[in-house]
Amino acid sequence: MAQDDAQSSIEILSLEDKLGRNVFKIDKESPHIVIDHDICRQQCTLRPCLFVCPAHLYTFNDERDEVFVDYEGCLECGTCMIVCEDEALTWHYPRAGYGIQYRFG
Amino acid sequence: MSEKVDVVIVGAGLAGLGAAYHLAEAGLEVLVVERGDYPGSKNVTGGRLYLNPVRPYFPDLLGDERIGEVPFEGRVVKERLTMVAEDASTTVEFQSSRMGEGPMHSATLLRGVFDRWLGDVVSERGAMIVPGYKVDDLVWNEGKVAGILSAGDEVLADVVLAADGALSFIAERAVLRHRLEPKHFAMGIKELIELPPDRVQERFGVQPGQSASHLFFGSLTQGMLGGGFLYTNRESVSLGLVLGMGAMLDKGDVFQAHELMDAFKARPEIQPLIAGGRVVEYSAHAIPESSVNDMPRLVCDGMLLAGDAAGLGLNMGITVRGMDFALASGAIAAKSILEAREDGDFSAQSLARYEVALRDSFVLRDHRTFAAMPSFLENPRLYTLYPEWVSGLLGDVFWIGKSPKESLWRTIWNRVRRLPWISALRDALKVRRL
Repeated sequence: MAQDDAQSSIEILSLEDKLGRNVFKIDKESPHIVIDHDICRQQCTLRPCLFVCPAHLYTFNDERDEVFVDYEGCLECGTCMIVCEDEALTWHYPRAGYGIQYRFG
Repeated sequence: MSEKVDVVIVGAGLAGLGAAYHLAEAGLEVLVVERGDYPGSKNVTGGRLYLNPVRPYFPDLLGDERIGEVPFEGRVVKERLTMVAEDASTTVEFQSSRMGEGPMHSATLLRGVFDRWLGDVVSERGAMIVPGYKVDDLVWNEGKVAGILSAGDEVLADVVLAADGALSFIAERAVLRHRLEPKHFAMGIKELIELPPDRVQERFGVQPGQSASHLFFGSLTQGMLGGGFLYTNRESVSLGLVLGMGAMLDKGDVFQAHELMDAFKARPEIQPLIAGGRVVEYSAHAIPESSVNDMPRLVCDGMLLAGDAAGLGLNMGITVRGMDFALASGAIAAKSILEAREDGDFSAQSLARYEVALRDSFVLRDHRTFAAMPSFLENPRLYTLYPEWVSGLLGDVFWIGKSPKESLWRTIWNRVRRLPWISALRDALKVRRL
């Protein structure tokens, strides 16, 4: 019975848990995404980075009045960079040997 | 320090390896650099590969004799298409003996497995693949691309092939492209869900070695261009969601992309298919979906673009392609490079033969045939009105209520007359251009 229960349930994971299933080699020294907060505050009104990121790495910090990015869980899809039409993001691939390493892809 | 080789290929994906395969065969000194730890480590596919168009470019690899050695997940023998309404859905299933017999029509695969294997094949042929190598910039000589620069080291080459994927920073360096535009891209999100092979076979009604493909469109993308996909693998299923980037911007901050993925996964159509499965990887990737009319130049002095870097992805509505174009464009680029080498001329003018060859091949012919598709697919009614309408109609037809049932004709007519006819006619006319 217990086995049947396990088979009929689906795994709905938190994003943290989903990212935890991935292999990341984190570059603590140099973030590969840098936000220009001046451009971000002055030009961008929509802030698409807050809702398009598949890993939801962008959050808005009310106290500091700025967008924060937790680049460590980046899946390297580049969506944030493409939708940031005001070009407030400096986005490049992580250094060689770092970042997501897809085992299946 | 600087080295010199015949050809440098940036990116060990399908385009890069496809080109290296032919160039190494011809005896050229080929260096393939890859920023990931191994070929495929930065790649994501839905996904499946259509084999008929690419087989002529790789007869030794994909011909009948060696196809058994290719690490495909399964031969696709079943196609399902589901129109998703808010609380109902309509599915069409297609299978034919043609897809199950004879030369393989299409196969599911995983890039971390497939690209790594192709990398080994290409290495055996004599190309040098260097993983963990990220290109920082191009080396220029008298206005021509003359090599690559990485961590201060130069590698010079007669010609560089940029096969560095959808975001192609190399193309940007060579000013072959400008800013990437949201409307030319979609975002793919995928969960790889592990299931025992017998369960995959039972649930999808396939035999060992076979796969099913299942596409979804409708309310799951909340009116945005895109849809869902499910491909079966040997011991897993690839479940994912594609969302147009331009459509996400138009929609605005009323949704979270990752939540749409969870909502899709929790739908009653999906739940029983993946129940008991374990998520082993969560991935995302940009997908080029621009029309051929927006395609950039694919060559400059000393350099060519292939695969996703050249924007060669094509959403044809019910089939989505990219890997076949990547492999073929790599092979075609290799042929053009060999011809240019005979002439001793790697100028843009000489390399333009690559653009001509691509135009004459299925790669750009298919892109031209479907040039009107990207704008057609932007129509929100495809994802809201029509799936709801079809499910509504079938709901009326199948439902037996308390009161006496209306005639079949009346039931259908009641639905038909409630269609917004002017928009529907306009959409129907657009279909003729596809």
